[in-house]
Amino acid sequence: MTKTMIDAMVLDDDPFSIENIQDPHPLLARLRDAGSVTWLSKYNCFAVAGHEEVYEILTDFETYCSSGGLGPHDIREDEGWRPPSILESDPPTHTVMRRALTGVINPGTVRSLRGPFTPPAAEITSALARLDRFDAVTDLAEQYPIRVFPDAVGIPQEGREHLLPYGNMVFNAFGPKNAILEEAFAEGEAHAEVVMRACERESLDADGFGAKIWDRVEDGLISVQQATLLVRALLSAGIDTTIFGIGNTLSVLARLPEVWAQLRETPSLAKFAIDEALRLESPFQKYHRTVTVDTVLGGVHLPAGAKVLVFIGAANRDPRRWGDDADEFRLDRNSSGHLAFGMGLHQCVGQPIARLEIEIVLQQLLERVLTIEPAGEPVPLVHNVLRGFTSLPVAIRAA
Amino acid sequence: MTIETGPAEASGTTGAIDAIVDRVETVADRVVSLVLRRADGEPFHGWDPGSHIDVHVGDDIVRQYSLCSSPSDLSHLRIAVLYTPDSRGGSRRVHEALVEGAPVTISEPRNNFPLLDSRKYLFIAGGIGITPIIPMIEAAERDGRDWRLIYGGRSRSTMAFARQLVETYGAERLTVAAEDESGRLDLASLLALPRAHMLVYACGPAGMLAAIEEFCMGWPPGALHTERFVAAALDAGGSTEPFEVELVRSGTTVTVEVGTTVLEAVEAVGARVLSSCRTGLCGTCETRVVSGDIEHRDAVLTEADRDAGDVMLVCVSRAAAGCPRLVLDL
Repeated sequence: MTKTMIDAMVLDDDPFSIENIQDPHPLLARLRDAGSVTWLSKYNCFAVAGHEEVYEILTDFETYCSSGGLGPHDIREDEGWRPPSILESDPPTHTVMRRALTGVINPGTVRSLRGPFTPPAAEITSALARLDRFDAVTDLAEQYPIRVFPDAVGIPQEGREHLLPYGNMVFNAFGPKNAILEEAFAEGEAHAEVVMRACERESLDADGFGAKIWDRVEDGLISVQQATLLVRALLSAGIDTTIFGIGNTLSVLARLPEVWAQLRETPSLAKFAIDEALRLESPFQKYHRTVTVDTVLGGVHLPAGAKVLVFIGAANRDPRRWGDDADEFRLDRNSSGHLAFGMGLHQCVGQPIARLEIEIVLQQLLERVLTIEPAGEPVPLVHNVLRGFTSLPVAIRAA
Repeated sequence: MTIETGPAEASGTTGAIDAIVDRVETVADRVVSLVLRRADGEPFHGWDPGSHIDVHVGDDIVRQYSLCSSPSDLSHLRIAVLYTPDSRGGSRRVHEALVEGAPVTISEPRNNFPLLDSRKYLFIAGGIGITPIIPMIEAAERDGRDWRLIYGGRSRSTMAFARQLVETYGAERLTVAAEDESGRLDLASLLALPRAHMLVYACGPAGMLAAIEEFCMGWPPGALHTERFVAAALDAGGSTEPFEVELVRSGTTVTVEVGTTVLEAVEAVGARVLSSCRTGLCGTCETRVVSGDIEHRDAVLTEADRDAGDVMLVCVSRAAAGCPRLVLDL
């Protein structure tokens, strides 16, 4: 350990302080400037901020395992607050769960969602287009995924109000045990209980993704417990992040009138705009991996057992990967290779659904809104690992 | 290794070369090694590991054999041929007619089984399937890559080059597993855990390859590369030949060379395709196919999608063997 701490530059910054959470980018730049891999003395873990190094961690699932959990503690050493999810598993356990999910969520099944997902977006955006100003987060981003996604999974109407607080717990737990986490868990048991019940076979609609996952139990591919966990993973991973994906995209686009005009002219570019916005303001900003064997990354020796805190947000703005204008939105940029959805075996299985939801909302809004601009400062969310806004006031002119 | 192909390819050998059988050696039970030199005494053109040549073994019999010599020594080519009493009699003709000094017409080397660059390789050979693997190991060793070879066969006496390989590379990275000594290859434990950054190159009998494909389903897409030595459907065949892609919206046509993906080729001519993982795992680059046959290499499309044949993931999938042109909605 001694050698390591000499090798890597030591920083005493706190990535989980309120200040750094609300405005993460100065810290992310400092981390990159200090080297691709640094040592965070406050948390006794490595920080990885370079695109190349983060990509390496995400694609080398043997050296940087997930079964140690995405939080700062190795969940194999003490009992976690819940049974490990697909995100917290390695092959071969991961392999069967991933195969079950891919069988259910794939390009074909996602394509069929465009129909049912469009009318609610049209309804919400046409109501908003009648106003001069609205809040792009509370009036739009927070309204949409919660309306369409739980239906697609097929969970009961009753108890859906627990989904957001539950997701808030799950993701905040990937950070340290701080006041933010404590607050998220304030009524944790109640939320967890309702969500777990919604994931059981008898709670689910016959044609949703949830029921299709349960069908894989009959195929003998996964166990009953794994089915419950996979439905749970969909519910916890598929809502907050998409809400933030919509909000963050609009937070970027509201400041770029030329880009808005260009997108209105060529709506097929919307999907590229979304990916570029997700690169700049990645909803899932950071999480941990556990080093399985002594290794070297970015010239720094990492001992087995160490935790690495992977900064997606920093990698996605690394000038070595994206050029000197890495901090700028460019509609003509090829942003493929951004890590907002992860990379490698654990790359987000629900990403086509998330992209579809964001694209539908954006296209519906583009149709009805001639100009959009900030009408006040956005209020950033205080969250250990997610990046989003709790309020994003905008002024619009209807088309 | 013999690759069986349809009559169309067999009849039209391009770049025919007059060669002489310089040396014939029995290297295992029913396996001969043939060293070939050009009749004009010139060296052969360069070739890459995994390449094969067409060999005219009779008036109307053309067979394809993997090269097992070294690409760094172009003074000769070497093939090794297992005598299989197959219906078409190609290997018998090789064993009977291609004696030392005999003239033989061959083709320029062609590669349907190219070795992609990676940090780690697992080579799995079954029987005469060792032949294309030999130059691959040489390349991996030269480039300082982490590699292992598992070489299985019925008994040591049937396993060509086994002793030489152990002598050259040592026993540490090389497992020679003879069925009559240690039973069948334990593919399950060998492949149960997917390995990061590791490519699997396998060549051998169809049954062994089917088992390997099954075990590799949990590996990242693109990790497994196989060549069948008597291919029922030569699925690796035309798919690694260059083919054209026509982009209907932009009116552009671009050639996709071996070693380039459709995605890279269409991006190079200015088409915008949203992509993410570029490894066939996420489905982001799904593209509508207007016409053409696809060889799907991704891990996300369902059988129904594949059968419909109207979408492909351009980051990994290619034109199917025998399909010279894909027309895409780009």
